[in-house]
Amino acid sequence: MPAWFHQFADKYLMWQEGPLIMGSDVLILLASIGIIFTLTYFKKWGWLWREWIVTVDHKKIGIMYMIAAILMLFRGGVDAELMRTQLALPNMHFLNAEHYDEIFTTHGTIMILFMAMPFIFALFNVAVPLQIGARDVAFPYVNAISFWLFFLAALLLNISFVLGGSPNAGWTSYPPLSELGFSPGPGENYYLLALQITGIGSIATGINFMVTILRMRAKGMRLMDMPLFTWSVLAACVLIIFAFPALTVALALLLLDRVLGTHFFTMLHGGNPMMFINLFWIWGHPEVYIVILPAFGVFSEVIATFSKKPIFGYKSMVFALMAISIVGFVTWVHHFFTMGSGADVNTFFAIATMIIAIPTGVKVFNWLFTMYRGRIRMTLPMMWTIAFIPCFAIGGATGVMLAVAPADYQYHNSYFLIAHFHQVLIGGTVFGMFAGMYYWWPKMFGFMLPDKLGKWAFWFFNIGFYVCFLPQYALGFMGMTRRIYTYPSGLGWTVPNFISTIGAYAMGVGFIFMVAQIVQGIIERKLDVTGDPWDGRTLEWSLPSPAPHYNFATIPTVSGRDVWWAVKQGELPKSSLFPAKKDVKPIHMPKSSGRPFILSVFFFIGGVGLVFGLLPLDIIAGLGVAFCLFRRSFEYDTDYYIPVDEVVETETTLGRLQA
Amino acid sequence: MAEHASQPVNQQEHAHEARFPWQYVIGFVLSLILTIIPLELVLHHVIPLSPLTWAALACAVLQIFVQLFLFMHFTSTGGSGPAYHSVTLTIGFLFAFLFVGASIWIMTFNNIAS
Repeated sequence: MPAWFHQFADKYLMWQEGPLIMGSDVLILLASIGIIFTLTYFKKWGWLWREWIVTVDHKKIGIMYMIAAILMLFRGGVDAELMRTQLALPNMHFLNAEHYDEIFTTHGTIMILFMAMPFIFALFNVAVPLQIGARDVAFPYVNAISFWLFFLAALLLNISFVLGGSPNAGWTSYPPLSELGFSPGPGENYYLLALQITGIGSIATGINFMVTILRMRAKGMRLMDMPLFTWSVLAACVLIIFAFPALTVALALLLLDRVLGTHFFTMLHGGNPMMFINLFWIWGHPEVYIVILPAFGVFSEVIATFSKKPIFGYKSMVFALMAISIVGFVTWVHHFFTMGSGADVNTFFAIATMIIAIPTGVKVFNWLFTMYRGRIRMTLPMMWTIAFIPCFAIGGATGVMLAVAPADYQYHNSYFLIAHFHQVLIGGTVFGMFAGMYYWWPKMFGFMLPDKLGKWAFWFFNIGFYVCFLPQYALGFMGMTRRIYTYPSGLGWTVPNFISTIGAYAMGVGFIFMVAQIVQGIIERKLDVTGDPWDGRTLEWSLPSPAPHYNFATIPTVSGRDVWWAVKQGELPKSSLFPAKKDVKPIHMPKSSGRPFILSVFFFIGGVGLVFGLLPLDIIAGLGVAFCLFRRSFEYDTDYYIPVDEVVETETTLGRLQA
Repeated sequence: MAEHASQPVNQQEHAHEARFPWQYVIGFVLSLILTIIPLELVLHHVIPLSPLTWAALACAVLQIFVQLFLFMHFTSTGGSGPAYHSVTLTIGFLFAFLFVGASIWIMTFNNIAS
């Protein structure tokens, strides 16, 4: 082995780390070769490019978001299982301290930014345009850019595992630990750049969907006629637009500290690391509402549909969503009560935090009242929704406990906190995303998923969840703090930790069942020919599954809420939603473009350049991004019309055309 | 795309007849100036802390007006835009002042401590 290769392998491929990394290198290489070989052998490169990479269709972008989110759920889940294995017994030597640090950092970062965020964006894309009677989002090209920026940022963070080293300063990445002096090497840069790149995409998605919802609703659909999922997306968009800039600033300043030697957050030379913490949580707290509100929206849709009742207290639901999105911005200090800002500050933010429990409680009661005397059908989406309610109630109650500032000095950064936020993030967001995935799956893919394996997945995941996290509340009270990689025996921590690990494995088994269920569904392909398999209430179920790529042949006329239900009850004429031949006009559609992908690849190259301080790569990337933006600015041929004949033919085949 | 289609098509026609966008150039230069002023003040310790804070905040508020009037077409609807414009604007102002004000409030513990 030549000396330069040895040096390269040790520094960048991290072969000195031992068999774990070397094995991963080999596996990644084999998997890449396998993918390339399969695509070449079946001649699928052209298909991949034409059908997926260049698409600006919100339905396909939604599907890609969801696949990426499930892959990242797997990656973050493996991280979790590794951590739980290390903590199962005292004095374990499964992982060393540094590996453990890296794994909890990537677990948190991936689960929040590369699993929860793409999962909600998947549902935004899949459901919102169909629910409001639009043919696409307001800016389809920007939508594609958002997706590819997220995708390549996720890739950037994930390659850190085998190339240069993972970040290890925690998902919150507080300075001074995350400064150059304490975290040398590329790991922390990976974190900063991956988040920065995906953050651009997230802000763009927030703006995109806000404009879509405000400007592109079907004729007659007032704001108060919108389905609650669409309302929840609007509330989440408000949060995204105002919260993400704070993250952008915090990350940019920390990157300047690391790359250019400024002193924003250093301990000396006038820097103040606490300002990073403040900025981070100005984003970080709204962020948790960004991922929970769309889940609330899903639950509202699912409960109304499977109780065969309109949602109870629609107006109070809307009010609660908007109240959470506003008050959610004045709670961020509860993440650092112990920083010592003083009693006035802590009191203000503690009370604001407790106030959040009121609109949330309103929502929970409305869901319960909707189910009261409803005709409940226990389908998979409904099961995840019903499982959510007690889980979130416990998580919410412990949240209010944590909001009590003086008491928080006891709970802060203990396993009590860990158990609390997993209870709301898994019990709220992940259950919600699963419910949404099952609910809209037929609409996305045109076929149904088999129930049986899904029920196994549900029970394993649910019981596993409680077995995993309830002991952690106790561990918190017993003094176990987060982010410790091992503990001595004799503290009484062994049994709860061991139980917790069993629960984590059960959740892993649940995930495997879910994957098996999806594979079985793909093989069986039980087609949904009705387009309305759940007897739904909102506009998306009036379309065939999957919807034609222009969605609506003629834009439907909407009057009131739950119009599709009203049409099925004969309260509204079918002609208000279905196209008549004489009304079909040429349909104006955006053209596909490969540029969003290419632009994002340049961002990726620039990211790698900044991570390793390779100036030539940064220059190439900068020029590439500028060139892509320049080309777009002078592009006028961005759209086309689908001729009437084609639309009429498609609609006739689907049997939707009215006389 | 019947009713909805009119939007992108209009934008396109607009782009063809556009004049040179002086408004944006002026806005860009102004925002650069308003950024450089506080940067220089901070870098060279010209004035004591309290006036420094006020000077930086004044530049930031001016920056808001540059954004609103020169980039964000604040006046283009002439007061006849949809009602939610004023709602979103109010929320925007609320959050901007809240984040800055509360951050200053939170971070003043340093003065007490030191």
